[in-house]
Amino acid sequence: MLKRFVYSWAALLVLLVPLGCSSNHGENQLSAQQPAGQPSSARPDGAAPQPAEKAELIISAAASLTDAMNELKRSFESEHPTITLIYNFGSSGKLAQQIEQGAPADLFLSASKKDMDELQEKNQIIADSRIDFAKNALVLITSSSSPLNVSSFAEIDPARVQHFAIGEPESVPAGRYTKEVFENLKLWDKLKSKFVLSSDVRQVLTYVESGNADAGVVYSSDAIIAKNVRVLATAKPEWHKPIVYPAAIVATTAHAEAARDFLAYLTSEKGKEVLKKYGFQQVS
Amino acid sequence: MSDSTSLTPLFLSLQVAGISTFVVFITGLLAARILSRNTFFGKSFVESVLLLPLVLPPTVVGFGLLILLGKNGWIGKWLLEWFDIQIVFSLTGAVIASIVVSFPLMYQSAMAAFASIDRKLENAARTMGASGWRVFWTISFPLAWSGLLAGLVLSFARALGEFGATLMLAGYIPGKTDTLPVAIYFAVEAGQTEKASFWVIIIIALGLSITIWLQWWSRRNLNRYKSEK
Repeated sequence: MLKRFVYSWAALLVLLVPLGCSSNHGENQLSAQQPAGQPSSARPDGAAPQPAEKAELIISAAASLTDAMNELKRSFESEHPTITLIYNFGSSGKLAQQIEQGAPADLFLSASKKDMDELQEKNQIIADSRIDFAKNALVLITSSSSPLNVSSFAEIDPARVQHFAIGEPESVPAGRYTKEVFENLKLWDKLKSKFVLSSDVRQVLTYVESGNADAGVVYSSDAIIAKNVRVLATAKPEWHKPIVYPAAIVATTAHAEAARDFLAYLTSEKGKEVLKKYGFQQVS
Repeated sequence: MSDSTSLTPLFLSLQVAGISTFVVFITGLLAARILSRNTFFGKSFVESVLLLPLVLPPTVVGFGLLILLGKNGWIGKWLLEWFDIQIVFSLTGAVIASIVVSFPLMYQSAMAAFASIDRKLENAARTMGASGWRVFWTISFPLAWSGLLAGLVLSFARALGEFGATLMLAGYIPGKTDTLPVAIYFAVEAGQTEKASFWVIIIIALGLSITIWLQWWSRRNLNRYKSEK
């Protein structure tokens, strides 16, 4: 009898476990993004230890900036031997939340204006340090082996695509912009039944690269680092709200000087060149 | 919560978990029976492979399945060419993801259940002339039943909660592949707390009613075995 009792409770617990898991899953995925992109704070190779005090600049940056920022780190640190950059990559929304909760960060490089605005309203950033340093564009992609051939978003024929991968419009910024584009082109309702909604832009890339989705919409900076995709068209900027990347110094920083140095570097010729190389556009 | 809360995710989840558990129960049982009664070269390797999905993160399993079953994958290509079946972005994809992820739980439980049986009883039946099949159904299966039931419940629960591999393989197509965990994830991400809570309540109610039913059912079965004795 006791055995049966214990047993049925064990079964009940077992059933409740996936409930916990399913909600935790989401959190895990999000929090996993942050440490994943965080590079070790190794010093540039061969650099002798500096006698002067070394500033460790913690930069919370949008995940889409990962590759560009890692390249910038190398040249910036060799030019500024007293500063070490430490990145914390993640979705802009999560990073803003962390900063609000008092996470140590000196700089915030956001992929969305909205998140930066919210921090500014709460005086969490130094307002006069805020700059827009890059722009991104939406591109229509297909796998390199796909026969699909269109030269504009407007030419997409819903009858010729079976699965169309985009970011989920309610939660993924790229998806929100994509929705604006297709609504502008009066294609949203026609394509609706074809959409496979992804939890982030990188997943759209995976679906398209593997040929499982016939086409997809990602940022141009994502398409440029992808291997097996072909860019068919770029969305006209007037079809969606501008995709700007604002940067600002976090109000609680102890390294304001170093942070300003980095912002200056980001907007210098060298910074622009690297950003351009990784598919970002200049802010006019 | 009016228009967007059709009950589709609930029905999809029940369908996926139901089919997956059915498949997993039979295959897990067979695999455990065969592997527990036979030794052969490379057996421990086969066992490790069968248990692998338990230790891998579901997204890794999902990615692996996507590579294997995708349009350009080894198996996916073949299925598409010969049977015109596309697994990715379909409910079948969700079922397969659930099967792969919950199989080790059923297998492991069945393995333990069979191992706990007193082999003398089986041998006694055999010496009395019972066929292997009859020994299995009248001795092994009833004796292992409580362990098998645990495996069944575990697999169903795992399939019901499966998220990572499902999202990878079946994608999120509202009304077509949005099982409960996927619907909850996107509702939370989009800040639709009301919708998310609605689904959470549904999944809890579902879990509770299954346990209650299982309790009732296993008690009834146990009583029947007792009275047959």
